[in-house]
Amino acid sequence: MSPSVPDSFVTAESISEKVKSGEWSAVEILDKYLSQIEQHESEVHAFNTVLEGEARAAARETDKRVASGETLGPLAGVPIAVKDNLCTKGIRTTASSRILENWKPPYDATVVQKLFSAGATLIGKTNMDEFAMGSSTENSAFGPTRNPHDLSCVPGGSSGGSAAAVAAGFAPISIGSDTGGSIRQPASLCGVVGVKPTYGGVSRYGLLAFASSLDQIGPFANTVRDAAIVHEVIGGHDPKDSTSISEPFPSFLDGLDHGVEGLKIGIISELMGGIEGISPEVIGKTREAASVLSANGALIEEVSIPASLYCLSSYYLIAPAEASSNLSRYDGVRYGLRVQGETLAEMNINTRTNGFGNEVKRRIMLGTYALSAGYYDAYYGKALKVRRLLAQNFDEVYSKFDVLLSPTSPCTAFKLGEKTSDPMTMYVNDVCTIPSNLVGHPAISVPFASGNDGMPIGVQILVPPMQEALMYRVASTLESAKSNEQ
Amino acid sequence: MTEPISEEEVAHVAHLARLRLSDQELEIFTRQLGAVLEHAKDVEALQLDGIEPMSHPFPLENVTREDEVGEMLEREKVLDQAPAAEDGRFQVPQILGEQP
Repeated sequence: MSPSVPDSFVTAESISEKVKSGEWSAVEILDKYLSQIEQHESEVHAFNTVLEGEARAAARETDKRVASGETLGPLAGVPIAVKDNLCTKGIRTTASSRILENWKPPYDATVVQKLFSAGATLIGKTNMDEFAMGSSTENSAFGPTRNPHDLSCVPGGSSGGSAAAVAAGFAPISIGSDTGGSIRQPASLCGVVGVKPTYGGVSRYGLLAFASSLDQIGPFANTVRDAAIVHEVIGGHDPKDSTSISEPFPSFLDGLDHGVEGLKIGIISELMGGIEGISPEVIGKTREAASVLSANGALIEEVSIPASLYCLSSYYLIAPAEASSNLSRYDGVRYGLRVQGETLAEMNINTRTNGFGNEVKRRIMLGTYALSAGYYDAYYGKALKVRRLLAQNFDEVYSKFDVLLSPTSPCTAFKLGEKTSDPMTMYVNDVCTIPSNLVGHPAISVPFASGNDGMPIGVQILVPPMQEALMYRVASTLESAKSNEQ
Repeated sequence: MTEPISEEEVAHVAHLARLRLSDQELEIFTRQLGAVLEHAKDVEALQLDGIEPMSHPFPLENVTREDEVGEMLEREKVLDQAPAAEDGRFQVPQILGEQP
């Protein structure tokens, strides 16, 4: 697919500036993206819902406000695609599940409200793995999304629709959620920037919960700077999310171009060959990224996070355990699907059996098992102890290093159907991204190279909690080094 | 070698989770859950005595607010999205008299 959206439309920042100055109209910009959607959405299937009418009305309103001299926010007139697990008032929010197929939330998620306040135009709701459970977007009840770089490949997941939307030029910005890598892995596979913020950095109010101690909402963008701008818009304390952090974060934009001179950057050795299944090509490109940072004055060393060997197993006990509890709310009583039954219990069973797909059922059962009497200590309890070890490992490494580097995804985009036969094969895709979720730290995936198959490869930059400014600075250095090279 | 999880156990877990499985699904899910639990044996085998479990990324404290009436959703708008409602309430199949 050839990206036919003009380059000048690519950054959200330029769109917003030109809309505010009156040089471009918000309607005109929206139309460019809508026409790209019209041409290519049938092949990509990035969206569950395209909001053409609503978006046009919102863009017209933006233009009116500009004309009347109002001061608009940093995303004025910027079309934004939002993952379909974020509540949008009166607009279908499905989590790509039959159980919520026709549900229209009575309120907006805090993130959505903040995007509106910043002047953004909601262009659509993006496809995803059902309830964010998956790494390929093949678990959607409404059919898979395809990778815009090669339609026979997956976009990654679970936020595959959001990643594909930006990669295909359907929107300059999209929003996803990341529980074990669901923003960073598809960003890597689709060649865009994807960010998982510090746990508690972005309000989860109005996010359909998967695993509450791991879930975070974050942006996709074409550039690091755009991602930082959107992150500043959606971040901040929210009394409606009791896990949201009340201290203010330092500006993500101020030091963006300050470079990496003198920074100590560790490469996580376990993710560079220590753990099986990470492709040599991806490891090679990650080393190249380290060389680029080194050439820019950073000090690079290999570091060890020993507990990362046990992260995959621990995650696939903790996340399903939390999911089994969170998804008990879909019982056919208050919202979504109801399949009738003679008794309440029968109605619950009929509804859940018909409403949930296989991956969701698998995780609910796995979580129920991991939490059940007799197995709790052996599985869930042990996994929580690994989590503690992992946090200690990171603390130790961060006492000597400022930043860590690793691959984002163990491989480039794979073919549709290639990894669906057995769940473990799919789960391994999250091996590099899971550690950040378990400890609540921020991480970003930056597009860096292409594989022999021509598909994008991203590298992951990890920093301690609330150090996003540093994360964006390193990411920006890598991004500019890459564009200078081309 | 003993299987990590039996069909009886999967059937029990499905019952707890309010899911109904066909015989074929039971067989497939048992195999698949077994593979995941097999992988989890590395964690199960770890010696982790004396390590404090960590259920959450950061220490959580109870968050309280003033006991004041805040913004609320309109009852009609919430019930409008319910599968069935009656007299301003969610409507469910009869519960009283139901066999446990």
